[in-house]
Amino acid sequence: MKLPGVSEFSWRDVATEARLLLIGIPVFLWTMIPIYHMFLFAISPKEDAFSGKLWPDHPTLHNFEIVFKQQHYFLRDFYVQFWNSLVIAASVGVLTLVIATAAAFSISRLKVPGGRVVLNLALFTYFIPAAFLAVPMYRTMGNYGLLNNHWSLILAMVTIASPYAIWVLKQASDKLPVELDEAAVMDGATTLQIFRLVYLPLMMPSLVAIGTYAVLLAWNEYLYAFLLLSNDREITLPVALGNFLAADDSPWELLMTTGFIYALPPAAVYYAFRRYMVGGLTAGAVKS
Amino acid sequence: MAITLSGDQSIPAPPLSSRLTPAQVWGIVLLAPYLLVFLAFVVYPVCYGLWLARAPSNYVALYNDPIFARAAVNTLIFLVIGINIKMLIALFLSGFFAQQRPWIKWLSVIFILPWAVPSIPTILSVRFMLNPEWGVINHIIFSLTGDDGPNWLNDPTVALSMAIGVHIWKSLPFWTLILITGRLAIAHDLFEAAEVDGASWWQKFRYITWPSMQTLYITCTLLSMIWTLGDFNSVYLLTGGGPADLTHVLSTLGIRYLRLDQLSLAMASIVCAMPFVLPLVYFMMKRLSR
Repeated sequence: MKLPGVSEFSWRDVATEARLLLIGIPVFLWTMIPIYHMFLFAISPKEDAFSGKLWPDHPTLHNFEIVFKQQHYFLRDFYVQFWNSLVIAASVGVLTLVIATAAAFSISRLKVPGGRVVLNLALFTYFIPAAFLAVPMYRTMGNYGLLNNHWSLILAMVTIASPYAIWVLKQASDKLPVELDEAAVMDGATTLQIFRLVYLPLMMPSLVAIGTYAVLLAWNEYLYAFLLLSNDREITLPVALGNFLAADDSPWELLMTTGFIYALPPAAVYYAFRRYMVGGLTAGAVKS
Repeated sequence: MAITLSGDQSIPAPPLSSRLTPAQVWGIVLLAPYLLVFLAFVVYPVCYGLWLARAPSNYVALYNDPIFARAAVNTLIFLVIGINIKMLIALFLSGFFAQQRPWIKWLSVIFILPWAVPSIPTILSVRFMLNPEWGVINHIIFSLTGDDGPNWLNDPTVALSMAIGVHIWKSLPFWTLILITGRLAIAHDLFEAAEVDGASWWQKFRYITWPSMQTLYITCTLLSMIWTLGDFNSVYLLTGGGPADLTHVLSTLGIRYLRLDQLSLAMASIVCAMPFVLPLVYFMMKRLSR
């Protein structure tokens, strides 16, 4: 009598699982190694960091202490730079939301004449490679007298974040039923009341996604920050990290510690809003 | 906001306001902030930049600069090799991550990290790993073989490959995520039917998965090309364009000219990429605004 092939089936499962692990383990290592290496430097005393060990003999938080107490030449303005990054990212988030929500409402709900053209212009900007736009943008900010002023970076990042924000918000707006607006008009609501009382509450999930996107974009930005800002007390954290490299004997363990601290907020924000981000952003990126 | 009162007005109302409803006036007011940003920070800079790059002498200078030729070739290598490797891996991994397993779900959460964290600390971390004297990679090579490892960033070919690797590390999660979305949209009963007919995994991929994902895959590849052209960080933070300016791509070259105060050369080098970029942009806009 042949038993219902118990062992046969589980062997197949083991083989499948093994094949999946054969992919999963390299994927895990590939993803984590640069991040782990950064973390390893942050918790290693200088001697251990340079010795190529995979775990320090004496893990320490000393590097964090140096950074938080600003006890190194490169870290003199750590808190100011952290604050600059924070203020700029928050301003970009708020301004992008205001500008893009207004534009999306205008194009999608009010059907403003020429709205379609503006949307296409925005899409065109979305497709200009960022490093290409940086060249004329740098000179333009100079012409406007904004170089070394936080406004230059804020406005540049708003310019870069808005097209995508308008695009995603317009897509989301189109999905809201027209009847809502019509009912509100019947009840005598003005355009602004519809915007405030009907539109904004319904758009909340998309607004969270777009706000997070704009904040992360600005927080993580290096190229524009490094072109547009240069005084030690005006620059953001990534520019300060880049400046570490200028020295012949860069304090790499401090560079990695500061980098680790700098990378934590976006990772935390990303995980906190992951539910909104993945749906909202991937849907807008490529319409299939 | 002008308001037309009635037909018997002695002064004719301005034609524009008579055609616009209050809602449309609000529409224009709400659209104005973006239009201002667009005019001030896209239209003006682009026109000004093109005007700066107008002299033919710029293009002669670029043609005579060996670094420009090298950067153009590097950009092409970056696009053709880098993007295809990246997109093929993303296509493959999208199949892996679409499997329903708790540990794969956890891995997918970790897998997103390179995309979520900023470039500068992670790319600098890779840069230090590749350091010939102190980097962990050469330490491992030494402990395994007793020989010194290569000087990774000193050979332009190796250094460029490493920059492509960094680029893939950074942007692979995003494209994998998009392709997973595409894969999950395929009707499941197609696979079940194929399973009943005893189709191999290759047959399932060839006749079900690929036909439904082909358009998405091609669109992603093209969009990725545009964005890769704008990727400054992977090359600049890893190699700084070196050794001897041999690993520049067009985006880092433009910034290099800018730093050397040769703005018209910087713009001209970007203008040279336009015949390549504009058809891509046109195609993407047509796809998206359909």
